[in-house]
Amino acid sequence: MAASPGGGPRLGRRALIRGGGLAALGIGSVAVLPAFGTPSAVQDPRTCRAPDVSASQKRLVVSNWPAYIDPATKKTTSTLQDFEKATGITVSYTDDVSDNAEFFAKVRNQLGSCQAVNRDMMVLTDWMAAKMIGLGWVQPLDSAKVQNLHDNLIPALQGRAWDKNRTYSAPWQSGLTGIAYNAKLTKPVGSFSELLTRSDLKGKITLLSEMRDTMGFMVLLAGGQPEKFTSQQWENGIEMLRKSVKSGHVRAFTGNEYIQDLTAGNIVACEAWSGDVIQAQFDNPDIKFVSPEEGLMLWADNMLVPNKATHRTNAEKWIDYYYEPAVAAKLAAYVNYICPVQGAQQEMEKIDKTLVDNPLIFPSEDALKGSHGFMALDDKQEQTYEGEWSDVTGG
Amino acid sequence: MTATATPPQTRSAEPPAEPPRQRRRLTAYWLLLPGALWLVVFFVIPFYSLVATSLYDPDGSVLHGYDMTWAFSNFWHALHDYWGPLLRSLWYGAVATAICLVLGYVLAYAIAFKAGRWKNLMLVLVIAPFFTSFLVRTLSWKLLLRDDGFIVNSLQFLHLIGPEGRLLATPVAVIAGLVYNFLPFMVLPLFASVDKIDHRLIEASGDLYASPVVGFFKVTWPLSLPGVVSGTLLTFIPAVGDYINAQLLGSPKQRMIGNVIQDLFTNANNYPAAGALSVILMALILVMVLLYVRRAGTEELL
Repeated sequence: MAASPGGGPRLGRRALIRGGGLAALGIGSVAVLPAFGTPSAVQDPRTCRAPDVSASQKRLVVSNWPAYIDPATKKTTSTLQDFEKATGITVSYTDDVSDNAEFFAKVRNQLGSCQAVNRDMMVLTDWMAAKMIGLGWVQPLDSAKVQNLHDNLIPALQGRAWDKNRTYSAPWQSGLTGIAYNAKLTKPVGSFSELLTRSDLKGKITLLSEMRDTMGFMVLLAGGQPEKFTSQQWENGIEMLRKSVKSGHVRAFTGNEYIQDLTAGNIVACEAWSGDVIQAQFDNPDIKFVSPEEGLMLWADNMLVPNKATHRTNAEKWIDYYYEPAVAAKLAAYVNYICPVQGAQQEMEKIDKTLVDNPLIFPSEDALKGSHGFMALDDKQEQTYEGEWSDVTGG
Repeated sequence: MTATATPPQTRSAEPPAEPPRQRRRLTAYWLLLPGALWLVVFFVIPFYSLVATSLYDPDGSVLHGYDMTWAFSNFWHALHDYWGPLLRSLWYGAVATAICLVLGYVLAYAIAFKAGRWKNLMLVLVIAPFFTSFLVRTLSWKLLLRDDGFIVNSLQFLHLIGPEGRLLATPVAVIAGLVYNFLPFMVLPLFASVDKIDHRLIEASGDLYASPVVGFFKVTWPLSLPGVVSGTLLTFIPAVGDYINAQLLGSPKQRMIGNVIQDLFTNANNYPAAGALSVILMALILVMVLLYVRRAGTEELL
């Protein structure tokens, strides 16, 4: 064929092979592309479970946030060691959760297709816990085995819309989102609107990159309630935020690293989490935490048992153990976030008297009354809101 | 595949030599196999997956899954929404590459021609920053450029920036970070090219009454072009897609396309938009590189 002696335009062998190859590649690509769809990630926790080998295997694998548990010291054992001694269960504890969205991306493929993630417990913030429970990725807890949880959970954290009876989740620690400022560098900042508008703060404040923390305040500023707001109130809130970002008033959206910037003086005020502020105060008493006039955001990080976890009963023992007031107090004395366990305040007397009346570890019921949680978003809302959020924070 | 294509005389001329030759030909394919497999698994499949993601039905969600529905409108929407960060990334990348080229050329020239017995030591020093993590080095720039740090205070004293001025959270900081992080990628290929230049050629230009400047542009620069081309490519491509520098040293106003893609993938879970942006970025860089390489000439690239 290539040797055809015709006088017309010659189609060389090489060109033919190349053309044919390209055509085959094109057709092959078109045929193969639809195979790369992403299937639905919804699972049923009743069917997607592994047999519980807790009785024979005394093990427990926990994933938690960094610096979220008391370490053993020369003088005392840690709560984790006490747990191991009391139950005979060996705990492998990793602090590999540093961001809810990142952790979601990490386990998405396994949990979305009903495969094991080789963890018996993971600790995630309210909204992510709500999302995973909604996706059916979380095993229910046997309420008889976590009696302490139901007896001792503080009222402010009960009856969350996404897990009314705490069937799937147990708060590990809880915290408040408010404002922090460096008293050496600026006058007190009393409200969120002041933080966003006071001219001497321009370019010297940061906000949190957790959408629900920051937008909760923006919705409050727009006259809505974070627990239940309309899309119009959302629009108004995000519009206000967009203006502040555009004008250069907001310097950055950050995770935990704001606290270094605040102590270094790169920023003078910021939206902040209560526990970070207490820890920073030990080194630098000029750092102050304020409950903004608009209100506070109350959140919790929740212990969840993922599908296919093989040590469910051991996980329930762990939850029950950490809901004993004495244990919770020992943990709170190190972690400095809000302790979700009733009765821990009395136990704290024996550990560290200076922390007993700290309103950021044991806030009064009144203080928590004015606090807000963020409403559960459905699928489409989440995509739209998170998209608009990253547009604003992404310039 | 090419058995029929081989000219007939080779086959008829030496039939006994057939088996070893056949085996040798097969050996080449066997040697290709590991690399080819690697490419298929870690490049071809992810590539198709990415292209498919960019064509997902925008009405899908993580909850309900995404179907590949040939939604070409994703590209239009992505461009429409994010042309700002896209242009900014190209701009930052270009500026950083230009600065790297100037700094890197001087450094490579000095190492190649003037360093003498310190040559190897200086090369090691160029690579030395790689011994610590990229992230740690970028974070320490935060320390250097901080608002009441030495550099900002000196610049304020010299009235180069206003009393309220700062470097962190400005384009200056982001580009400085990019330059710093990608400088070795520029220096090493440049050094390899400059070092190969025969010094007698430069002397000859002097003998022919060329001034040093003319000599540089007529002799040294053209001979070092392969290094310039590969250096700029190695710097520009990763710099455009970088998101660490913008994240740590910049503010929302300096966000680059890498940050946007990361946000869309992880936070917004908007796979189609993120996929479309990634494909756009890839295509854009590919076209620019092809044009550039064609203009600069590829024959002497290596």
